[in-house]
Amino acid sequence: MNNQSETNAHLREHAPAAIDVKSLSFSWGSQQPTLLFPDLTLPQGEHLFLHGPSGTGKSTFLSLLAGMLAPDAGSIKLLGTDIHQLGASKRDRFRADHMGVIFQQFNLVPYLTAEANVTLPCRLSHRRKAATGEAPAAAAQRLLAALAIPQSHWQRKVTQLSIGQQQRIAAARALIGAPEIILADEPTSALDSDNRDRFIQLLLTMAEQRNTSVLFVSHDRSLAQHFHHQLELGQVAA
Amino acid sequence: MKIHLALSLASASLWHRRKVLALVCLTLTLSVTLLLGIQYLRTEVKQSFTSTISDTDLIIGARSGQLNLLMYTVFHIGDATNNIRWSTFQDLEQDTRIDWLIPISLGDSYKGFRVVGTDKGFAEHFRFGRGQPLNLAGGQWFDGIFDVVLGAGVARTLNHGLGDKIILSHGGGRTSFSNHKDTPFTVTGILEATGTPVDQAVYISLQGMEAIHVGWESGVAIPGRTLTPEKAQNRDFTPKTITAVFAGLDRKILTFRVQRDLNQYAGEPLSAILPGVALSELWRLMSQFEQALLGITGFVVVTSLIGLIAVLLTLQTQRAHEIAILRATGASPGLIASLYLIECLALALVACVISLALGALAISMFGPWLLTNYGIQLQLRPLTFEEWSLLISVPLAALLVALIPAFSAWRQSRSQGFGSPGGT
Repeated sequence: MNNQSETNAHLREHAPAAIDVKSLSFSWGSQQPTLLFPDLTLPQGEHLFLHGPSGTGKSTFLSLLAGMLAPDAGSIKLLGTDIHQLGASKRDRFRADHMGVIFQQFNLVPYLTAEANVTLPCRLSHRRKAATGEAPAAAAQRLLAALAIPQSHWQRKVTQLSIGQQQRIAAARALIGAPEIILADEPTSALDSDNRDRFIQLLLTMAEQRNTSVLFVSHDRSLAQHFHHQLELGQVAA
Repeated sequence: MKIHLALSLASASLWHRRKVLALVCLTLTLSVTLLLGIQYLRTEVKQSFTSTISDTDLIIGARSGQLNLLMYTVFHIGDATNNIRWSTFQDLEQDTRIDWLIPISLGDSYKGFRVVGTDKGFAEHFRFGRGQPLNLAGGQWFDGIFDVVLGAGVARTLNHGLGDKIILSHGGGRTSFSNHKDTPFTVTGILEATGTPVDQAVYISLQGMEAIHVGWESGVAIPGRTLTPEKAQNRDFTPKTITAVFAGLDRKILTFRVQRDLNQYAGEPLSAILPGVALSELWRLMSQFEQALLGITGFVVVTSLIGLIAVLLTLQTQRAHEIAILRATGASPGLIASLYLIECLALALVACVISLALGALAISMFGPWLLTNYGIQLQLRPLTFEEWSLLISVPLAALLVALIPAFSAWRQSRSQGFGSPGGT
């Protein structure tokens, strides 16, 4: 494990960037156009709204950030670590240890209960488990309660819950164990406007309590007001 | 920790898909039951076959091949090449190395079942299975000349009871036109089922056999010269010839020497065979068939395993979202693949356990019924090494074929994009 040395490196740099992207490009194949991504630096604990119409490579960008795709060129440093210099299994571990994810939909493992879905990162990462400071189940319950999921739903199969509840459970899963980075891919697109604003506020408030940076991708520019920074995708696509 | 996670995810996933998987598991269970059942039957049939006759050290008959002699004396199939003289039997009785003798006289039948002429020695010395003696289900062994004891199969098939009068037929065959109708026999005893050819024969005394053939010297009954039961009393019916002899020795170590001596017997040409050796030679002839049967059953298991994989591969498309979530949360492709391996192994193990229970239940329920109705002896016993190996090979094979969906899931999840299955 290199957590210790990473932490030390961050301390020396004083302002460890949660996300640091430089001259990143990616192509799905030699026949496909090359996607160019803007350089960005997101300090730890700050939130970024990434706007882009569909087709501008939002999901590809997130895949690259999550270490699930390898870029053609450029570098991605997360918490000072160039994740594409890591081996595949170390990248998986890095993701488990330092990242929370929220998708547009189908966020939850269908055969697990709400609570088991939330504690999943703690079972994949010792670090996240240790960071909860208590039993993962208790931490999950506090998060679920804070995200207004009724206690009667905690032990239910997630397929019985509403979309809004499912998205909030996904947020709880992303937040548990206080990861440094949360990647959110249009998590509010299936919600109505009331639910949407409440969801974003809850997510951002709880992320701030944990000093977690949220990178939020959406095509809905009206959501940008909630964030420290915003960035347009696609304007530099060649 | 990861193994624990994989196990708990796999079991939750199995339970989630239990309706679809129950059918696949049922198919697998049935085919494993078939496989195990056939192997079990093979062992049992072989056991029961090779113990058709036990404790008999030598079977002695007129000069012929050992299979022929075995077939007509023990299995009542085929005919004797020749008879042996009564004087030879008396000579054998004088041999101090021989402990006991059972004379066997064949040739007649009763409605298709062989008539065996023998003496009290048969009841006393004949053993089958693991040295079990013959027991009477009712009545007693023949005492008078015209007493007959029925094998269990004969009594059941023809629905005979104690005290019934029966007419024996001359020669073999189911419908004989020359019957010993002047000399009816009375059923005095019925044997318990043994699951051996003993069940399919009727037993009379040598004297009875001799008495019904008085007046039949030319091969057909000459009117006026045959006996009636009244005339038969107080006559001497010492046979002149018998068909074969079962012999038990005092010291088993002398078996080969006695056999050699008998094969070189000066009085007439004899053959002495070791029933165990002859039985295993006969079994080898028949084992081709049961090997083929086992092979076919093996294919049935393979087929159902392929069905299992087909279902798992179909389910894989449904699982794309779940795999995307697990991958994005930091699960390695290896963990995803291991889910498939564990699920497949678990299904195979469940199938094996259920088929074991099913088999045990079937044997304990139908075993007694099979014995009384079909003369097939089937008992519950611990599995042999061969059967265990066969059973264990099922989950191993399942694990092997599970590599197909596991590998495909592994590959798919390696190229897994963020949040969306299969790359884009």
